[in-house]
Amino acid sequence: MKKYIIIFFIAVLLPLSLFVFPMWSITLEAPQYPGGITMYIWISKITGESEATLQNINILNHYVGMKYIEPDQIPELQYFPYVVVGIVALGLIFGFIGNRKLFLAWTIIMVVIGILGIYDFYLWEYDYGHNLSPTAPIKIEGMAYQPPLIGSKMLLNFKADSWPATGGILLGFSIVLGLLSFYLSNPSKNWNLKSNQKEKHSVQFS
Amino acid sequence: MEQRFNNFAALLIMIGILSSCGSGGNQGSGALVSDAASQVYVPPGQHDEYYAFFSGGFSGQLTVHGLPSGRLLKTVPVFSVDAEKSYGFNEETKPLLNTSYGFIPWDDAHHPELSQTNGTPDGRWIFINGNNTPRVARIDLSLFETVEIIELPNSGGNHSSPFTTQNTEYVVAGTRFSIPVPQKDVAINSYKDNFRGALSFISVAPEGEMEIAFQILMPGYDYDLAHSGKGKSHGWMFFSSYNTEEEHTLLEVNASQKDKDFIAAINWKKAEEYIQQGNFEEMPSSYVVNRYDESTQMASSEKRTSVKILIPEKCPGLVYYLPTPKSPHGVDVDPTGEYIIGNGKLSSDMTVHSFTKMQAAIQNEAFETVIDGIPVLKYEEVMDGVLKQAGLGPLHTEFDNKGNAYTSFFISSEVVKWDPKTRTLLDRAPSYYSIGHLMIPGGDSMNPWGKYLVSLNKITKDRYLPTGPELAQSAQLYDISGDKMKLLLDFPTMGEPHYAQGIAASVIKDRQVKFFKLSENNHPYAAKSAGETRVERQGNTVHVYMTAIRSHFTPDNIEGIKVGDKVYLHITNLEQDWDVPHGFSVMGALNAELLIMPGQTETLTWEPQREGIVPFYCTDFCSALHQEMQGYIRVSAKNSDVALKWSLDE
Repeated sequence: MKKYIIIFFIAVLLPLSLFVFPMWSITLEAPQYPGGITMYIWISKITGESEATLQNINILNHYVGMKYIEPDQIPELQYFPYVVVGIVALGLIFGFIGNRKLFLAWTIIMVVIGILGIYDFYLWEYDYGHNLSPTAPIKIEGMAYQPPLIGSKMLLNFKADSWPATGGILLGFSIVLGLLSFYLSNPSKNWNLKSNQKEKHSVQFS
Repeated sequence: MEQRFNNFAALLIMIGILSSCGSGGNQGSGALVSDAASQVYVPPGQHDEYYAFFSGGFSGQLTVHGLPSGRLLKTVPVFSVDAEKSYGFNEETKPLLNTSYGFIPWDDAHHPELSQTNGTPDGRWIFINGNNTPRVARIDLSLFETVEIIELPNSGGNHSSPFTTQNTEYVVAGTRFSIPVPQKDVAINSYKDNFRGALSFISVAPEGEMEIAFQILMPGYDYDLAHSGKGKSHGWMFFSSYNTEEEHTLLEVNASQKDKDFIAAINWKKAEEYIQQGNFEEMPSSYVVNRYDESTQMASSEKRTSVKILIPEKCPGLVYYLPTPKSPHGVDVDPTGEYIIGNGKLSSDMTVHSFTKMQAAIQNEAFETVIDGIPVLKYEEVMDGVLKQAGLGPLHTEFDNKGNAYTSFFISSEVVKWDPKTRTLLDRAPSYYSIGHLMIPGGDSMNPWGKYLVSLNKITKDRYLPTGPELAQSAQLYDISGDKMKLLLDFPTMGEPHYAQGIAASVIKDRQVKFFKLSENNHPYAAKSAGETRVERQGNTVHVYMTAIRSHFTPDNIEGIKVGDKVYLHITNLEQDWDVPHGFSVMGALNAELLIMPGQTETLTWEPQREGIVPFYCTDFCSALHQEMQGYIRVSAKNSDVALKWSLDE
């Protein structure tokens, strides 16, 4: 099997890592929380460094009137796993067909889904940060509590750090590898031309 | 200009150094070396190197300090009630203070003792004796809470306790006051005929549970302190005794007549054989074992009705007496297990017995006499040497990791460093004032951390700002890492700091329970979520299942309580984070507050006396809305028909 095919299959399988690693992490830091409180967003759940992290974040959030984060109430966490399984299945089919245009198509689908996912995350953060209870004990004029999409931001006494976690980083690699496989499979590249074509046939007829 | 300033500063420093040398280093009341401050300084946010556990003496409690800073970290209530922590006030901990006499809110706690594995403090538990109503307590060092107290039958004043064997097979107890065994109504002057001294061996199970394995019924002396053999002498336990005169009045004179009293050497492996062979008496006795169950978060008190008694006369090879001058207080075994040191408190000498010689004397039956079946070994045959005229009133000896011994001298108020092998005096340092016990972290084990020594002082006189008739209680810290001891620090402690134990912080600090998991809370009256809260009435008894979380109680409005009810307020702290306790208190309750750790349930009993509205609130500053964490209970007349009702935010 040729190198670019292997690379494409790696790209296709990488999204499965989302079932093993979290996609994103948000850490809240304040002096009385040495080490910070970190929340992990997974493809199907939200967790923290301990079982109690979510409860502790919810307790903090309730002072300023933010909604409780209840993973059971977030529909994305229900259907995202199917999206991941679907795109991996599609990638496997494309990989066995072996058409390089399909490699590109798959990668573009990944990028689109990624952008949609991040946009969805943004909306979710916006909702939690802006949609505050009118009876909140602490109300500060003009203040919203939306964590940054990526990067750091001060939210009252907390510094909120939002960064991709292992799963999110591997998803990025998946896209890079998808593009790389498309690039390497270019027949106008004179290196490996013959073997590339041969490989394509062998894949098609196998 | 700057240069001139620097020269001036250098001159000042020089004067400082010269004047501190001039005051004599270790001598005099200044007694501080110039770099002492930096040696005990622990910068903000950093941790001490050692935990030190101080008995609170007649306060009945145990205090936890950091060394070298001397900072007080926590008071662990053991034998005395503590309203702050609701210890002995809430329903969960009351059974811990139960005895065969009933609930006792106080005792006199003398000797903390860390559990050991292979002769080294292992940081699992610390034991401490209750002197007055004889008991031994076990404190779990992942919780820093008392989890067990066992009562000792046939004892009167549990002083020589609770010293451990090298793998915590047993902790021991010896009676300070001999009494009739079993108790009976006799003339006090029939002492010599009727009074006996019981030495108790308390077995410690792998999970820590204590039971009295056996007691040895000894002659009616006063048993003072003890230490176990270690290494080569593992399997033996040594108890010091005084009043071998067997007097019952004016002991200060009458019990100080003999030149020598005894150290009792107990072969506890032999005792185990006799127990196995059934060579013991089962004596009816009445005592209790109180245990705290982490799962149900409640203590319970169980009665015991008999104890196994070994009689030395019927158990040859079980006990030998080592003659030791003069009313020995401490009996201390060096880290190799070879030297058994008698601190003859009414003499100026230190007697060093040799375990090897003791074995030979037993082999050769080199007995001076036999008392009640107990052979008295010949003094010259077991004694290895004497440190002469080292000071006045030696009480207690501990050891460093370089083979040196350190002895406290009460009357001459000093610590003496000496070599137990050669019996040569190496150094002396004054204590301020009247040192009792001393402590080196691990200093009574096979592996001492020989960096610091703590002197536990009986009086302080002029050392601190005066505080009325009763002055500050205090300990002192010495650096013993060099050839000469250096006084570093005075620090106040809970009174009186009788004895202490120390251990490297690293052994304990990462094993702390941070909070109790709600999912593992099996308290029968827990409400594990706001949805489980309720109020139930059974006749005049009312159970309130309440939860606390930042920053409200659920429910916080309760109606339908009546005068004459007995109300059990079961509060579950729903928090699941370290350092978020909630407090709970009710106006007019003849009780203390509750201080409920995260995930824990505690119960306050309250009997409302008057009609009206009774506020309750959180007492531990928990959050920005702590001051809002409050509620009301409506109390109606005894015969009123106000319905039971509870709510939050209605």
